[in-house]
Amino acid sequence: MAEFTLPANSKIGEGKTYKASGATRIKEFKVYRWNPDDGKNPVMDTYEVDLDKCGPMVLDAIIKIKNEIDASLTFRRSCREGICGSCAMNIDGTNTLACLKPIDEVKGAVKITPLPHMPVVKDLVPDLNQPYAQLRSIEPWLQADSAPPPDAERLQSKEERAEIDGLWECILCFCCSTACPSYWWNGDRYLGPAVLLQAYRWIADSRDEATGKRLDALEDPFKLYRCHTIMNCTQTCPKGLNPAKAIGKIKQLMLERQG
Amino acid sequence: MKDVREALMVGRNSEGRLVRRPISPFMLPFDYRLQMSSLTSIMHRITGVALGAGTLLFTAWLVCAASGESAFSVIQAILGSWFGLLILFGFTLALFYHFCNGIRHLAWDAGKGYELPTMHRSGMLVFAVTIILTLAFWAIAFLVG
Repeated sequence: MAEFTLPANSKIGEGKTYKASGATRIKEFKVYRWNPDDGKNPVMDTYEVDLDKCGPMVLDAIIKIKNEIDASLTFRRSCREGICGSCAMNIDGTNTLACLKPIDEVKGAVKITPLPHMPVVKDLVPDLNQPYAQLRSIEPWLQADSAPPPDAERLQSKEERAEIDGLWECILCFCCSTACPSYWWNGDRYLGPAVLLQAYRWIADSRDEATGKRLDALEDPFKLYRCHTIMNCTQTCPKGLNPAKAIGKIKQLMLERQG
Repeated sequence: MKDVREALMVGRNSEGRLVRRPISPFMLPFDYRLQMSSLTSIMHRITGVALGAGTLLFTAWLVCAASGESAFSVIQAILGSWFGLLILFGFTLALFYHFCNGIRHLAWDAGKGYELPTMHRSGMLVFAVTIILTLAFWAIAFLVG
């Protein structure tokens, strides 16, 4: 159901401010904090960071905050180069990877919150079990009844291989799904752009023989057709992919097979 | 139907006791920036609802016209006042927006226009054509009538 306000336990209060001393280039970071142990509502803490002693990306700043200002700040990160998808969060009002977002692209204070409309585990860590379960539901692996050639892999032509360009690069950070208003409101049954892009990745793969079964599984008023081509997914994808286009192609295939 | 995500709204704290988790902020335009993508989409919805209300108004006008001269003169007076004209102007604005953005949706459903620069251009085009069509409509309406 579409809700337009946060429930009482999710309303955000004013948090603490950590001042920087003796710095000339100060940038404010307003960061969402929630601790499951203190029984309180979430707050926005403000950290002043000395940009002269900080790397260029937002991830550099929050690592610096954790190392030097407040060790209790909790977030996911791993590769720091946009390939693991761990540090997906809402920065300055749009979802992106903290490691790929330059601090100087943000005017004024940098507002950081977890991926939108998700249960919060702690601070900037959202619970992603729902999209992971949805990913499992589309069976994201190659399915073929015919046996592969005895002495070779299943080969593709260059053209066939090009069909999955722009799809295989997805790192499952779920920036897109959590940017989608349809997913906010119907994410219990709507699969969301990330998972639908993965579904199309296997539909478009020339080696996969389960296209009919895959389309059958998506033929559902909610799973697929809650996409209303809002295009927040494509707008926000930190990898420059186009989930909206992939979903559009699934919809076209649905029509074509009806003849 | 119960929302299956409800199960994930409960977590455990460090002592293992169950706690109710907050939901992360999401609302447009405060928590999530309004962009060309979401702006054109939400306006499509709003104008769609407005057109529903406008059609009721149109039906009321027809009912008044059918039920006689006195009723018709009342509704004509209401719609002819500055407030009535403002409502009618809003109705045509909603109509032309929904029409233009509807064509944009048709193009998407035909598999075209998904690239981001195209999406931004088509969005601006929808705004421009909506304004032009609305102004042209009223210019003609005042010239003729």
